[in-house]
Amino acid sequence: MNFKHKFVFLFPGLFVLIGILIFPIIFTIRLSLSGWNSYTPEMNFIGITNYIRLFTDDPRFWESFFRLSFLSVTTVILQYVIGFALAMMVWREIKFKRFFRVIFLVPMMTTPVIMTVIWRTFFHESLGPVNDLLGGLGVKPILWLSDPIIAKFTVIIVEVWQWTPFMFLLLLAGLLSLPKEPFLAAAIDGASPFRKFVYVTFPLMAPISIGAIIIRLIEASKIMDTVFVLTSGGPGTATETSSFYIYIKGLREFQMGYAATLSFTYLVIMIISLTIIAKVLTKLMIKE
Amino acid sequence: MKTIKTCVTALISALLVFSPVAYADKWSDQFPHIKATGDIPGDCSYESMSKKNYKGKTLKINTHAVPVMGEPTALHAEQFAKLTGAKVDVTHTPAGDLYAKAMVPFQAGQAPYDIVFGFSNFINDWRRYLEPVPKKYVEMKQMKDVTPSHIGVASWDGVMYQFPVDGDRHYLKYRKDVIDNPEYQKQYKEATGKELRVPQTWKEYGEMAAYFNNWDWDGDGEKEYGSAEVMKKDDLMYAAFYSRSAAYSKNPKTPGGFFFDLETMKPLINNPGFVEALTDWVEATKYVPPGGINFGLGDEIGSFGGGQTLFSFSWDDAFVAAMQPDSPINNKVGAAQLPGAMKVWNRKTNSWDEGFNQAPFFVWGWAVGVAKKSKEKEMAFDYLCFFANEANHQADIGIGRFGVNPFRNDDFKVDVWTQIGWDKDIAQSYVDTLAQMEQSKNRVFPLRVPGTFEFNAALATAAAKALAGQLSPQAALDEAAKQWEDILNRVGKDNVRKAYAVGVAMEDNKQ
Repeated sequence: MNFKHKFVFLFPGLFVLIGILIFPIIFTIRLSLSGWNSYTPEMNFIGITNYIRLFTDDPRFWESFFRLSFLSVTTVILQYVIGFALAMMVWREIKFKRFFRVIFLVPMMTTPVIMTVIWRTFFHESLGPVNDLLGGLGVKPILWLSDPIIAKFTVIIVEVWQWTPFMFLLLLAGLLSLPKEPFLAAAIDGASPFRKFVYVTFPLMAPISIGAIIIRLIEASKIMDTVFVLTSGGPGTATETSSFYIYIKGLREFQMGYAATLSFTYLVIMIISLTIIAKVLTKLMIKE
Repeated sequence: MKTIKTCVTALISALLVFSPVAYADKWSDQFPHIKATGDIPGDCSYESMSKKNYKGKTLKINTHAVPVMGEPTALHAEQFAKLTGAKVDVTHTPAGDLYAKAMVPFQAGQAPYDIVFGFSNFINDWRRYLEPVPKKYVEMKQMKDVTPSHIGVASWDGVMYQFPVDGDRHYLKYRKDVIDNPEYQKQYKEATGKELRVPQTWKEYGEMAAYFNNWDWDGDGEKEYGSAEVMKKDDLMYAAFYSRSAAYSKNPKTPGGFFFDLETMKPLINNPGFVEALTDWVEATKYVPPGGINFGLGDEIGSFGGGQTLFSFSWDDAFVAAMQPDSPINNKVGAAQLPGAMKVWNRKTNSWDEGFNQAPFFVWGWAVGVAKKSKEKEMAFDYLCFFANEANHQADIGIGRFGVNPFRNDDFKVDVWTQIGWDKDIAQSYVDTLAQMEQSKNRVFPLRVPGTFEFNAALATAAAKALAGQLSPQAALDEAAKQWEDILNRVGKDNVRKAYAVGVAMEDNKQ
């Protein structure tokens, strides 16, 4: 039997895969081995010079990476806890359940850049309403965007507000798909709501929780628009993340070759770290 | 019959006498933007452009976002289209992306835009992709009126690549109603033992700003602050830092470079002059409005223009915005040259030279060029010439949000500003300030070398770290100087030296 015709049907998918995934990665690797910038606009070959520069002479990239790790892990943990709590709330039979389900999703449906501009206005230290409100309560103005530590938490607040609904949506879908029998068995045994959550709900939700956390970690690790609009990485470099730093190197300073080096290195690090995180979470949350 | 002849003669005479008025009205009726002056005759006037026929042709322009420069680009594009029959497509791009949006197609050998707007310090990177301004435009009457400084800014080694549409420099803006107030002068003298006057040095600026910080000195029920400055990293803050550094580091006795020593190409940005300026600037974080450390240019314009601070220094926009009829501080502001210093670093003797020193900073500004690969070069230059014609220019410079600032000798006449409602003494202080800067022999021009962006970004990051308290001023500038050395090695010292020499010649008054 001739199976060759089957390959014809595989070609379109293969072609798309090569076009949108393999080619950009190979091109990025090649670009990372070049010195393409504003004054040498060509794909020359400079070997691993850019990689040597990154690993020996660019502490700013590594600082931005560790900052990103802190921001993304913190935001995702908070999103998970709040998202789970909200999902549990509307999972039960409460009044206006549908209304709340819609309301909780609104932040995710808004445009991140526009909402960040609005948050920036809220947090504006001298003209924004948040400090005005606090002033009315006798609280001194808080330096939401210009204190290096507080600015990190401001970014976290905005990210949590924007993306908790996504976590809520996934977890609610998970809760709605859970089988009823374990809960009935727990009720017959007289388990308290707390024990039901710890021994039934949480373990049953573990697989979808891991999926939701990993999806959000991948997204959170690309955090860019919030930082760009809210603080531009400042004050100083206090809120600069890896993606924002790569953007500065590539599209502000036009160091295309070096930015490609940063991007590829970042991709490799993210693949390794997210794989490890997924394995650890599986071990911790799913009991055999 | 005699009566008829007399009437006809009178009519013809009247038409001849009043023809300029009728001529002006003809165009200002159609284009209210120039209602104050009407059309002003010239090679690129409304009248001249109406004789061109570009029907069926399309002009593509990439410009800044609305309003600053984006609004006048779009307005003049619409006018140009009406006059010539051309189709004009205007794309608006955020400031941070203007460079890359033009550079990517430039490097790929394409010309998606006939005209690209950017900043004048892009010139060294862009010039190989830009068409030099043709002789006929360079020799036009409207170009002859452009000041030598701005011809220099638009040119590279004597060849003009950017069509002058804007003139930029940094200078001091202050609240005249406070500085000239006898009550406050007395109060300030009692409190500090010093005169309240237009600050002559950065130290005076700091003392006055600190005194007038965090209390309601204009009686509007809200607190006011000392100074609004561009301190946000990657938002033009390096230009603000150069402005603060010029007085301490631009020594007329040591020609041969402000940013580098042209001879050795050693970066000078961590010498005691720059460190003193950064130390002052860190101190300034105490007298800016809450959140002032995160102010970009827009915030600075809004803050000073909205009456929130005593001082500000940067481009003209904050001053012109403050002078708009609807501004709360309309006709309450004054202009002066950037403050000086009572000492300036001498890199030859490695010591401070005592005595007053002042150095105007001709910071980069808006610039525009025509792509070498454009197929519509003639139309593109006609558009730019029309954009900057006398009537448009006079109307544009009076609108703060347009970002079009004086660059012609005629702009330095008081009447131009009193006509749009400025008080005479304020107009006088404004034009005097600009004229004095033009006449100065101790000017600083922006860095225009290969890798300009890398140099400025490295400096901005270091200065931002100092402002945020992450590093001391000396450590921050040492870090920046080290990065400048690395960039020099990557780009090639000789490449940078060759380009830097062009700017140094202007600073040393050799060009």
